[in-house]
Amino acid sequence: MRKQQTGQSMDRVDGRLKVTGGAKYFADHHMEDLLYAALVCSPISSGTIKSIDTTKALRAPGVADIVSHLNAPRVPAYQSAKAGDKNGLQIFKDDRIYSNGQPVAIVVANTLERAVHAASLVAVQYNQETHYTDMNASMGKAFQNNRMKDYLRGEAGAWEKAAVTHSATYTLPLEVHNPMELAGIIAHWTTPDTLTLWAKTQGVKSVQETIQELFQLPEQNITVHSQFVGGGFGMALRIWPLEIATILAAKKIRRPVKLVITREQMFTLVGYRPSATQQLSIGATAEGKLTGITHQAVAITSPYEDFTEGIVAMSKFMYACPNVDTKYQLVPLNISTPVWMRGPGEATGSFALESALDELAHKLKMDPLQLRILNHADIDPERNLPFSSKYLKEAYALGAEKIGWSARKPVPRSTEENGMLVGYGMSSGTFGAYRGKATVSATLKADGALILQSAAADIGPGTATAMVQIAADVTGMPPEKITFMLGESAYPFAPEQGGSSTVSTVGSAVTDACKALQQQLGTMAIAHIPAFKGSTPETIIYEDGYLLPPNRENKITPEALLQQQQLPEVKVTATSQGGPERKKYSMYSFSVHFAKVLVHPATGVVRIQHIVSVADAGTIVNSKTARSQMIGGVVGGIGMALTEEAILDHRFGRFVNNNLADYHVAVNADTPPTDVYFINKKDPYINPMGAKGMGEIALIGFAAAISNAVFNATGKRVRDLPITPDKVLNTPVTV
Amino acid sequence: MNQFSYVRPTSLKAAIEAVAKNNARFIAGGTNLLDLMKNGVIISDKLVDINRLPLKDIQLDNGVLHIGSLVLNSDLAEHELVKTHHPLLSQALLAGASQQLRNMATVGGNMMQRTRCSYYYDTTMPCNKRSPNSGCGALGGINRMHAIFGANDNCIAVHPSDMCVALAALDATVLVSGPKGDRHIPFTDFHRLPGNTPQLDNNLGKNELITAVEIPANNFTKNVYYLKVRDRASYAFALVSVAAALDIRDGVIQQARLAMGGVAHKPWRLPDAEKALTGKAPTVENFRIAANIATQSAKTYKHNAFKTALATNSIQTALLKATTV
Repeated sequence: MRKQQTGQSMDRVDGRLKVTGGAKYFADHHMEDLLYAALVCSPISSGTIKSIDTTKALRAPGVADIVSHLNAPRVPAYQSAKAGDKNGLQIFKDDRIYSNGQPVAIVVANTLERAVHAASLVAVQYNQETHYTDMNASMGKAFQNNRMKDYLRGEAGAWEKAAVTHSATYTLPLEVHNPMELAGIIAHWTTPDTLTLWAKTQGVKSVQETIQELFQLPEQNITVHSQFVGGGFGMALRIWPLEIATILAAKKIRRPVKLVITREQMFTLVGYRPSATQQLSIGATAEGKLTGITHQAVAITSPYEDFTEGIVAMSKFMYACPNVDTKYQLVPLNISTPVWMRGPGEATGSFALESALDELAHKLKMDPLQLRILNHADIDPERNLPFSSKYLKEAYALGAEKIGWSARKPVPRSTEENGMLVGYGMSSGTFGAYRGKATVSATLKADGALILQSAAADIGPGTATAMVQIAADVTGMPPEKITFMLGESAYPFAPEQGGSSTVSTVGSAVTDACKALQQQLGTMAIAHIPAFKGSTPETIIYEDGYLLPPNRENKITPEALLQQQQLPEVKVTATSQGGPERKKYSMYSFSVHFAKVLVHPATGVVRIQHIVSVADAGTIVNSKTARSQMIGGVVGGIGMALTEEAILDHRFGRFVNNNLADYHVAVNADTPPTDVYFINKKDPYINPMGAKGMGEIALIGFAAAISNAVFNATGKRVRDLPITPDKVLNTPVTV
Repeated sequence: MNQFSYVRPTSLKAAIEAVAKNNARFIAGGTNLLDLMKNGVIISDKLVDINRLPLKDIQLDNGVLHIGSLVLNSDLAEHELVKTHHPLLSQALLAGASQQLRNMATVGGNMMQRTRCSYYYDTTMPCNKRSPNSGCGALGGINRMHAIFGANDNCIAVHPSDMCVALAALDATVLVSGPKGDRHIPFTDFHRLPGNTPQLDNNLGKNELITAVEIPANNFTKNVYYLKVRDRASYAFALVSVAAALDIRDGVIQQARLAMGGVAHKPWRLPDAEKALTGKAPTVENFRIAANIATQSAKTYKHNAFKTALATNSIQTALLKATTV
């Protein structure tokens, strides 16, 4: 029997293309007559456009046209939008400016350089109005969106009556995704109502659907290509105004137009992790049993959309606690709309919850790991359902052993190495394990090649590789013969790559498609091959690339079967989605993070020396890409903990560090050896593979592990991320 | 970015002549100038590429280390003469930017780089350095990275270089050539404080070109340390940095050199602290006294008040590290 492919450390099927430059990202595409675009963006944060003078810019060399609200083609859906509703930013609809950096015009020229230069010549006059970009100064405007109602289990505010209590405010700054690949699009109207797009997206079908609705065109008139994506982290989960602007420009000019935005524009046009302030209050008995958690969060959103995420989600079910109440409010500011950023709201919420638990443990004089084990939720206390699988306790034990948790001194500031204070910290993370609906087609060619197609995306985790492994195990075919194709709207439906759900959702459909293909081949063999006569498709054995009758006395390859029947190919399509299991079980992935940090007492510099992250994410389909995925999440977590913060000057509503030199993404020198371990036990209910999601849990909780370790090292509790040297210096020792 | 012309002369004379016309500028590595041009901060009609000039030599002559202005930061950091005679300079260079940038950046270009103050780079914001009399955006804005020494309300930006901090500490000399001939400028006089002309970073004359930097012989080969405190472990500008060099003989500090980066409009020498150390034993207490003297005149703004304590602590740390190598 051939070895099982899932669980192997298979190289990426597109690895060679990526490292040799053969992978074509959206901006790599070229076509005849292609024009290049640059955006003119508002330097004011609220008001209206008084005038746009394009005289000079239109005279600049190579300029084809300049499109703004004054001359943009009509967008049918804009007209049908209800007045007074939050309809998002309807680009080029009118003269209203909601935020700094909002595009006011798009300049199209025959080279990128000429477009950029001409954009600098467009003279825009504004009527400036008062803007609000400071959340703390705008708390009076906080409101609740209906999607995020107050939650109550047991008694509200029960923590206050506990024997031991802790309550504090935790704040996170605005973070920007900043993938290497800049956002943009190529828009090509091949006829006045037929549009082809090369997009940077986490979901070609959702792009197709959005454009279809906006321009009220039939689905088949819109083609979206997005085979390679240079990082998304959530920012490419929706269509942004910049893409609509390009589509409008291409429509007006009747030539294909390419837009690639600048790094600076990445801070204002494609979403961000919203800044948030959270009051986390927690109470326990003297023995450490939790009696109450109150989690109140306020986060920012734009004037024209309410963005909500799972900031308070984890507090509801992570620990066995009888009384939990949460509140989640939004403050609208004159900045663009936030969007999910890796580990979305849970990463924000877990910083508060997992820091607070550490603080409570300190007050209880308890090991923070023991406190978590003592309050382990054996069933989901929010939904009162069993977990489909949960090996969190094993993950705790494994992580503790690998970091050397026993070396941790309970009293902060009691260990030194070479003049550096040493601290250990840990935290937990969790994220829903999802399974959506997807369709996959499986085509077996007469030469024995199996081609799978689905409109899935790969923003980096190695989707196609995992799908090939899953298909190899179902079919018994060698992986070299299997190709998984994604990133085309013409392929069968797959949802966006988000919420750590692609392997679960699309992998299930791959499984079903491969089984359907086998069924068809089996039926064919029974009908035409004498040795198979009398068997049923279910009893036919698929092994090492052969079909065998139940008595194993014959075998035939699928390609031989096709050749015999003179068929060029056999094609099947299967749609898959989760069943009633989701109503019976609560499905989550879990992670634990352990860190050893060194803090320089005189300068406040924090260096992480060692990280151990353990994932309870069900079956691991590819141990290599899974490990890379975890490390990537950890690096994002280091940024969240120590370095990342987009800073606004509220006088202008403008970012002052909107470049990669000043917005500090963690670099190699910040990243210590990171040991990743997997529990690697199958979830029996979620999907045929038993695989739960992993992209989010890699980051969720991580920042708290670092801040807890900094406290253990220094006795200083930094509750305001990122933990920069000045904050460590300015925070008093509180032990 | 505007359209511009580009020339690549092969002689010093031709380069100086070429830069005198058409609102021209020299370009070497371009690691800073290109960003400034792309952002519309600097508009130049002509670039004079000096990379073909013969200014790439490093040699030791009678104890004086001569460094051509086109020597790459990466080459200089790893050069045997530098590592042996002036390890402080090597350390400072390696603390700067990233390996990729050091591979492009030259000595002269490093000296000529502009401040990284955000308000200077954003042409929609006020900045007296970019646009005289428009006001200082940082003064009432985000000023966490800004100056604590020698600034005024015209400009509170800091000079971003690490290399220059070491060169200031090592009493280097700048060699320049221009239309009126050659001249020498002491390194510590090369960069300026903002005064009433914050648009000027240095005392280089019109159309003058830096041709070399020279470091005199010294005894700072053993007890030296360049400490850079920054928000991430690499590729970040200094919150503060300290170049410390001590000549210790018979348990006594014969000579001390201290300079700081990230604290002023120019590499900031600390003469009073140096004086306080001279003739003293290299003890923690003496380092503490010197560090406190060094930061007495600090003046902070809304977001950078932490820099005074950080500077004091960093000076002590650098001195301690310099004596425990």
